[in-house]
Amino acid sequence: MKITRTGGIAALALVGALALTSCAANETPSGDGSSAPESTLSGTFNGAGASSQGAAQDAWVAAFQTANPKVTINYEQTGSGAGRETFIAGGSDWAGSDSALSDDELAKTFGSCAADSKAIDIPTYISPIAVIFNVEGVKELNLDAATLAKIFKGEITTWNDPAIAALNKGTTFPDTAITAVHRSDDSGTTKNFADYLNQVAPEVWDQKPADAFPYQTGEGAQGTSGVVNAVTNGSGTIGYADASKAGSLGTAKIKVGDEFVAYSPEAAAAVVAESPLVEGRAANDLAFKLDRKTTDPSHYPLVLVSYSIVCTEYADAAKGEFVKAYIGYITSAEGQKVAAESAGAAPLSADLAKKVADAIASIK
Amino acid sequence: MTAVTARITAKKRLGDRLFSGGALAAGALILVVLAGVAIFLVAQSIPAFLIDPSEIKGSPSSFWAYVGPLVFGTIWAAALALLIAVPIALGISLFISHYAPRRLAQGLGYTIDLLAAVPSVVFGLWGAGVLAPSIQPFYAWLVDNLGWFPLFAPPVSGTGRTILTVAIVLAVMILPIITALCREVFLQTPKLHEEAALALGATRWEMIKMAVLPFGRPGIISAVMLGLGRALGETMAVAMVLSPAAVISFVLTGPQNPTTIPANIALNYPEAHGSYVNVLIATGLILFVITFAVNSLARWAVARRKEFSGAN
Repeated sequence: MKITRTGGIAALALVGALALTSCAANETPSGDGSSAPESTLSGTFNGAGASSQGAAQDAWVAAFQTANPKVTINYEQTGSGAGRETFIAGGSDWAGSDSALSDDELAKTFGSCAADSKAIDIPTYISPIAVIFNVEGVKELNLDAATLAKIFKGEITTWNDPAIAALNKGTTFPDTAITAVHRSDDSGTTKNFADYLNQVAPEVWDQKPADAFPYQTGEGAQGTSGVVNAVTNGSGTIGYADASKAGSLGTAKIKVGDEFVAYSPEAAAAVVAESPLVEGRAANDLAFKLDRKTTDPSHYPLVLVSYSIVCTEYADAAKGEFVKAYIGYITSAEGQKVAAESAGAAPLSADLAKKVADAIASIK
Repeated sequence: MTAVTARITAKKRLGDRLFSGGALAAGALILVVLAGVAIFLVAQSIPAFLIDPSEIKGSPSSFWAYVGPLVFGTIWAAALALLIAVPIALGISLFISHYAPRRLAQGLGYTIDLLAAVPSVVFGLWGAGVLAPSIQPFYAWLVDNLGWFPLFAPPVSGTGRTILTVAIVLAVMILPIITALCREVFLQTPKLHEEAALALGATRWEMIKMAVLPFGRPGIISAVMLGLGRALGETMAVAMVLSPAAVISFVLTGPQNPTTIPANIALNYPEAHGSYVNVLIATGLILFVITFAVNSLARWAVARRKEFSGAN
């Protein structure tokens, strides 16, 4: 029984090898290169971290496991901070995180990595954050960062405030009160939203960005769907949510330079691609210092970037091989398309995708 | 006398021993489980009392400053829910036990029991999706017209996701428990007491006041305490409906509402890490203590009233 099975596998391998070599004559070599090593992957691999990329991870895992039937991948949505901690302690093979590793974290010893090697940040998931609103009779809304910050801080309390009217010539606003809805649970979306306001309008938004909403004002709702629900059902409401979940609600244009920019996947990807990298990092570390203060109207700076944090060299070579293949897949054009369809993510721009591919190629 | 005792001991069969052993094991098991939960809570909570409070969300001055608004919110929401639910529940159960024609009473009883089977997440969806938006105009009216009254101080919530909405949802959730228990208790009222009251010329309401309610008082208290327990511990519905903030405020219709301990744990646990996890578990310990105190209070109240209850 055992002999026949081994024989069968050997025969299959032989046939496969013959088939592949015969194909190689008339196919592009890349086709062979990708299919040959993938079939050798097997085992169970664990990731943990940000829930922002949870929906995309589910789709990626499903697609990757279909292509590699012997691989089992678990991605636990424990939150960014817990994900980084687990990864540093060696409890997972990679981490998903809405913020890159801090310098303090980089100074630690990484449990899964080979001795004396460190981890790098690779951007794998970009999602524009939309400012959603529900005001009777108002179809379009233009806002700049300072006004947006004042609304969410509770300093502007009615829709017919002169500050809003000045940005929206030709629109008449009702005198209804503004209800600003924020996330009541901790969220990377809140952190990125606050980071935008803090960078562009620091004189209004004076709190350091964090996962929790910093001010005791406005209303809280649970999760992206909770915020979208509250904004939809309320009157005179405004909120922020991952753009893919905005549904039929009105979305505000935000002021970039001298123009008002609506969110789009391209504009979101562009601001990431053209932001500078964090200085003093390893050569292939792609931690971005997002340039929210951009004045280029082809950019949409209200964007969430989620990273995959991986070792530069794994203690276990099999894990290195897996991470290389898996992160390679999720950052490929195909993987990004899957994320766009399943989670409304903005695909990486072409030159960023190339940098990411180079970084992944360096993983050992 | 001694002969009798000896005969009983001799007759103890296998079935008797198995059953008494099983009952003992079941009784012991509940203590073991409770002790296990208590030990887990205490052990995991200890770091929370020692850490630097700046590590806690919102950087309060101490752990107690963090947990204070939560304790207030938990008790406030539950108290409001009881205030709404208890009179209605008493009315329904008296109607079923003493007023309604038999057929109607049966149907109504089933309906109430059905309400108890609805999962809390469904109540949460209903509260956030239907009740909050439809009750918001009423809140706006209240604040406009009764804004001078501290409970309805402006500003009004724009979405209706306030502590009063939560209390209404909680009231609906605890209504079936209280109603079902009270109904059973009222049905147990000795017929002789009722007939005696009627024979002395009491109206039906006087009969209920003199015979049914005094007899049922311990049962009513038990039922209310069970309902209170559920209201204190309710998680999903509160998390989904409430617009929370770390405040102590009696305002019923505003956008900033004190939240409850279980809802706060549910909202923050998924993204918590490090010592913040211990802080959340410590708030769970506080809730455990509150629930324990409430139950002991109920026991004490029931025991104290026993001799006046009119039973036998």
